[in-house]
Amino acid sequence: MTELLEATAQPTPDPPTPDPMVPRVFRVERTRQDTRDTYTLELSPLDGEPLRFAPGQFTMLQAWGIGEVPISISGDPHGSGLLEHTIRNVGNVTRALVHTSRGATVGVRGPFGTGWEVERGAGGDVVFIVGGIGLAPLRPAILHVVRHRDQYGRVVLLYGARTPDDILFAPDLEHWQDDCGIDVAVTVDNAPHSWRGRVGFVTSLIPRAGFDPLRTTAYVCGPEVMMRSSALALRDRGVAADRIRLSMERSMKCGIGLCGHCQLRELFLCVDGPVLGFDRLEPLMSRWEL
Amino acid sequence: MTIRSLTETLPEHPFFQGFDPAVIELLAGCARNIHLRPDELVFRTGEPAQHFYLIREGRIALQVPELSGGSSIIDTVEAGDVLGVSWLVPPYRWLFDARATVETRAVSFDAECLRAKCEADPAVGYAVLTRVAHIMHRRLEAARMRMLDVYGVRRA
Repeated sequence: MTELLEATAQPTPDPPTPDPMVPRVFRVERTRQDTRDTYTLELSPLDGEPLRFAPGQFTMLQAWGIGEVPISISGDPHGSGLLEHTIRNVGNVTRALVHTSRGATVGVRGPFGTGWEVERGAGGDVVFIVGGIGLAPLRPAILHVVRHRDQYGRVVLLYGARTPDDILFAPDLEHWQDDCGIDVAVTVDNAPHSWRGRVGFVTSLIPRAGFDPLRTTAYVCGPEVMMRSSALALRDRGVAADRIRLSMERSMKCGIGLCGHCQLRELFLCVDGPVLGFDRLEPLMSRWEL
Repeated sequence: MTIRSLTETLPEHPFFQGFDPAVIELLAGCARNIHLRPDELVFRTGEPAQHFYLIREGRIALQVPELSGGSSIIDTVEAGDVLGVSWLVPPYRWLFDARATVETRAVSFDAECLRAKCEADPAVGYAVLTRVAHIMHRRLEAARMRMLDVYGVRRA
């Protein structure tokens, strides 16, 4: 197992900047519209030093003079040096970010938080369960597995989206299915008559997915209610709770465990999370008052 | 090609796993294999629910006709699933349209025959009803999740 861990080692993430509250300046090199309301920004550092990160980590992304939001990194951890963020346009800051012109700059603090630790799945089967824009935070982990495909057993990606038009990274899904030995199953909540694929909640895919629960590590990302249902369904199939990793979303602000905005009982999710095991999260996820 | 009888193939479907072989043989008397072409309608909303289906291969979409024309797909069933519970609940009428989206193979049970056998032997009826209730429970849970529109935009 040690050899496998070394063979699939991920880049060592950068520590937050010397003063983690001071953003680095990145230039927008390219903006791609992925769906009706979701865009991917490719950013390059003005100081020339690429930002190294572990899959699952996030940054605090700043639109100058407007505000700062936590956004997961969606690019390849072994990639070209451009920092990729996939952003859903849902508020003032995200609207400003996705409309930042090419050549203009944004602020970046981080990377912050725990990663997926996808190397822990090496030697066994891997199941990714994704809902909605949750595919963005999981994409670096999937790209890591694709790059080290021979180190993993069966790899399954179960993806639920709202409608066919909301399916994110459709070319990636096709490539992973056709060329990378990943079993990709997509389902949507609602679809027009012309849709030939599946309709149903993403958890309906879990009982029929091909993996050995006793040697499976699962990575789940999406709305909290969807993650909880998925984790319970995985556990029903026999996957150990500590091998079910979930990414929790809360209102991150400082990113360094000081302000308490992201507190979940004893956890500060910006430093203890966002990625945690279901063994730790289960008692916290069933308590609405937390 | 080997031709296998329904009493041989039915136990492989998840709906019948764990069933007494004698019960499967009894119920197989109500069943026949069917083949559906892409876009072929299985049943329409409001029609009498005269059949119950076990899907062996392919996919079927459940859809709701819209007043503006066309229809929306609200669920799909595929290999290992069952299609239709309205055959069990008065007034025995379909609540949705069902249409094959790809080449589909299924086992179709005559609902009147099945109901008669369930009524004649309460143990058989209970076994069938328990399986159908489990499926209805699972689908209700999934429908509730989808009602939450969890992937939609949430505002504080």
